[in-house]
Amino acid sequence: MTLPPPDAPGPGGGAGPVTPAAAREMVRVQHVSKRFSLRHDHSLKQLVFSALQRKKLADTFMALDDVDLTVRAGETVGLIGFNGSGKSTLLKTISGVLFPDEGRVMLRGRVAGLIEVGAGFHPDLSGRENVYLNGAILGMSRQQIDERFDDILAFSEIEQFIDTDVKYYSSGMFLRLAFSVAVHTDPDIFLVDEILSVGDEPFQAKCLERIRELQEAGRTMVVVSHELDMLESLCSRIVVLRGGRIVFDGDPVQAVRTLRES
Amino acid sequence: MTRPAVRGPSRAERAEGWRAPGTDAGWLNPVTERFLLRLLVKKELRVRYRGSVLGMVWSYVKPAVQFVVFYIALGVFLQLSKDTPAYAVYLFSGIVVVNLFGEVFGNATRSITGNAPLVSKIYLPSQLFPWSSMIVALVHFLPQLVVLVVGALLYGWRPSPTSVAAFALGMVILLVFTMGLGLLGAALNAAFRDVENFVDLIVMVATWLSPVLYRIAMVQEAIGGTVLWWLYQLNPLTIVVELFHVAFWRYGPHVVAKVPADPTLTQPGEPFGLWWAGLLIAAATFVVGTVVFERSKRRFAQEL
Repeated sequence: MTLPPPDAPGPGGGAGPVTPAAAREMVRVQHVSKRFSLRHDHSLKQLVFSALQRKKLADTFMALDDVDLTVRAGETVGLIGFNGSGKSTLLKTISGVLFPDEGRVMLRGRVAGLIEVGAGFHPDLSGRENVYLNGAILGMSRQQIDERFDDILAFSEIEQFIDTDVKYYSSGMFLRLAFSVAVHTDPDIFLVDEILSVGDEPFQAKCLERIRELQEAGRTMVVVSHELDMLESLCSRIVVLRGGRIVFDGDPVQAVRTLRES
Repeated sequence: MTRPAVRGPSRAERAEGWRAPGTDAGWLNPVTERFLLRLLVKKELRVRYRGSVLGMVWSYVKPAVQFVVFYIALGVFLQLSKDTPAYAVYLFSGIVVVNLFGEVFGNATRSITGNAPLVSKIYLPSQLFPWSSMIVALVHFLPQLVVLVVGALLYGWRPSPTSVAAFALGMVILLVFTMGLGLLGAALNAAFRDVENFVDLIVMVATWLSPVLYRIAMVQEAIGGTVLWWLYQLNPLTIVVELFHVAFWRYGPHVVAKVPADPTLTQPGEPFGLWWAGLLIAAATFVVGTVVFERSKRRFAQEL
């Protein structure tokens, strides 16, 4: 598939992830805080009892604490941090799955949130049906899926199984198809959570290559991963999160060092 | 420390192309996202009958068994069929209404919790889930309707403008009302799973609190003139069931021939009864359901 130029001016192309500071802003996260209540039991009984005992119903914890972040067109921003530092919460807030308690998030252009590969896949549907369902969930029109179907199939390399129910797929085949749909959605902003650890080594290399193609075409990306070395080479900027706060925002090499030293 | 409150982009910012994530067309989503809605319906139909030999036939079996049991117990043993001409048609036209009500209400209530993996991981307009439940229920309703029409034809009933109008009115009231309840149920069920059991209870009671099995004249005889009688009459399901009776039963030859001898066969306010009240209540329910759903949908992902 050839990538059409995005509506936002991208970087010079081919020169790697270098972004002029004056590029158009695509994502604005302003003073965003997100509190989670630790209420696990969803029953009325619990609610009534705690009301009677005048006990505070739920403890809360801050998943995001006054986070500010601006992402410009063509940037690839990595989010790193230890488990529970708020990376995925931030990504979900940008994608619109979660809403901030305070502050606000604004976007420009079309977004595809790949929070988890294959989240929209249903085991009882065939590969082909899943491609359509997932494409639609990620915001593609029928016409777009029709046009890109062959590319999606070719990228996944599972042609002969496309009409088999997905429940008979091996986990590798499943991830290949899911990733393939995801990278062919062609949005302006990509939100990626831990999906680059897909499949065997040749397929991983292919995925990375595809991501670099998207970068060169000027797509904006926000990537969450624990694979620090991979992020360091991929990203133009890395943000380090700790306890829901941004503790570093800038040069990838320095960001990875910051996290490793902490 | 003051922070800006939760708000969307200002007018000037919108002009620059900014938008807040997770904003969609609200209650119009089923129209704007037709393609995705169709795929979700297809998925639900496929998944419902996975690994089942009879498949769609099951949607005939349940109402058929229900019908036979009620007919024998009430029509024969309690001898309701003696005073009610074409009792089989009378019974079945009520049963299809209550079945559609139960399936839409029950499935819509479970639609958000049932799609938890999607709702909590990917952004998509969550209105689509209860709506696809309703369309799936309509797909199951269609064969029952065919059986009802064929049965009524066998009893000598012929379609007329009145019956078409009564049927259309009844469907509109039923779907708008039930969809309102379904949206409300879906939103509440995301927070408290007790709601789905409560809904099952309502559906079970609904069969007996509308004139499905017995005739409305018997209710009037028992509680006529009281507040309860008014409440009974204002129950949208009562209104819809009576509209279905007008559509498929009231103007059949068996009933028409017996009316001079038994005036209780006629209905209060013939032919369309309290249709305007039904429409009003349905519209109000729909508005309440939509507003509650729209307000709580932002919390779905974290509550599941």
